[in-house]
Amino acid sequence: MTARRIIPCLDVRDGRVVKGVRFEGHVDMGDAADLAARYRDEGADELVFYDITASPEGRTLDYGWVRDIARLLDIPFSVAGGIRSVEQAGRCLDHGADKVSINSPALERPELIAEMAGRFGAQCVVVGVDSRRAGDDWFVHQYTGDPAASRGAGRRTLDWIVEAQALGAGEIVLNCMDEDGVRRGYDLAQLAAARSRLTIPLVASGGAGEAAHFRDVFQQADVSGALAASVFHTGSVGIGELKTFLDQAGVEVRL
Amino acid sequence: MTAVTVLAYGAGNVASVRFALERLGATVRLTDDPAGIAEAERLILPGVGAAGYAMARLSGLGLVEPIRAFSRPLLGVCLGQQLLFEASEEGQGVDMLGLLPGTVRRLEPGPGRPVPHMGWSRLSLTRPDPLLEGLEDGAWAYFVHSYACPDGAATLARADYGGPVPAVVRSANRWGCQFHPERSAAAGARILRNFLEIEP
Repeated sequence: MTARRIIPCLDVRDGRVVKGVRFEGHVDMGDAADLAARYRDEGADELVFYDITASPEGRTLDYGWVRDIARLLDIPFSVAGGIRSVEQAGRCLDHGADKVSINSPALERPELIAEMAGRFGAQCVVVGVDSRRAGDDWFVHQYTGDPAASRGAGRRTLDWIVEAQALGAGEIVLNCMDEDGVRRGYDLAQLAAARSRLTIPLVASGGAGEAAHFRDVFQQADVSGALAASVFHTGSVGIGELKTFLDQAGVEVRL
Repeated sequence: MTAVTVLAYGAGNVASVRFALERLGATVRLTDDPAGIAEAERLILPGVGAAGYAMARLSGLGLVEPIRAFSRPLLGVCLGQQLLFEASEEGQGVDMLGLLPGTVRRLEPGPGRPVPHMGWSRLSLTRPDPLLEGLEDGAWAYFVHSYACPDGAATLARADYGGPVPAVVRSANRWGCQFHPERSAAAGARILRNFLEIEP
């Protein structure tokens, strides 16, 4: 079996890690490489780097920066931000990224998932999904990195993740926007619903505020990994203490 | 300084393998031609993605026979380990390098066991080997794969993922790692360092 993964997420703008509440009002959290090295040393299982302005601005991320991160890390990392072609994804992987995460471009053109999986294998292709509750269902949003561009994508979340898996996605990161940045815990109902529809790994995102939230999402939604940002950046949850807590709660983690 | 040659054939995680070797102080050469293989003191065959695509690349570059003939230390990583075997059932079936017997088969997902097998699993060591020197039984390694090699006499270490998953294999001077040593923190670095120290 695999250990449950603890995945700090670094939202990056111009080499700096930023964090907003519900995707708005960004605050500087420090240098991206410094934070990456810190999380590596504290026992993070994987890192995710989102260039949060790339997709809304119609550009892709900085490959030289991907290479610098790859040199630094001896744990896996994925990159995201404005990747909309097989060629761009290939350059990310060639510069040392382990996985490429696509979100809005996959919604614009779902065949991109199949093209990337066909060329690099499903294990390199992560589909990120920003999801928000409406009534008693959940719906996909896109261009969420920019409040002015953010909008509904006109798809049910549970339909889209199944379609993405069928097209060749190797992993889904489901970001529950209603909970993002507010630290009330992961959206267990939504994540459990998503888990039950997938055979590929599912990573939870959005809502972590304390160690118990990680325990709950692993035990109640059976996700493979839990992604969080602000609780790690501010130091309110330390990765080492979190993993000890999870181990004592009976959740298998890499110590 | 130890020299190591990494096959850069357009279907591999060359950069991350290269950076991991450089962190260990090795001199890394990249090659995609038979002459580069012939000159190599030791050779790493990386690989991610589809077996059919990788074999087509190796074949197109004229590298299949030079790899088969290479008798100094060789390490296949991830898909690179799978390529050492005879065949894979991936796609319509793929003939591979045939340096180890058996067929690579698809992992089937099950409850609590998504596929790809993606994440950190413990290594269970079957017998001592220079490549595993200093490694503790139960060490964590980072796996990402949807196909698994046949378990047999070549297996030096296994992971458990709904059944035994050969994690390290060896036949003569050819080794393979199903996981990514370049992304497996201290245990992975130790394995790469051990490989650099194996006498050609």
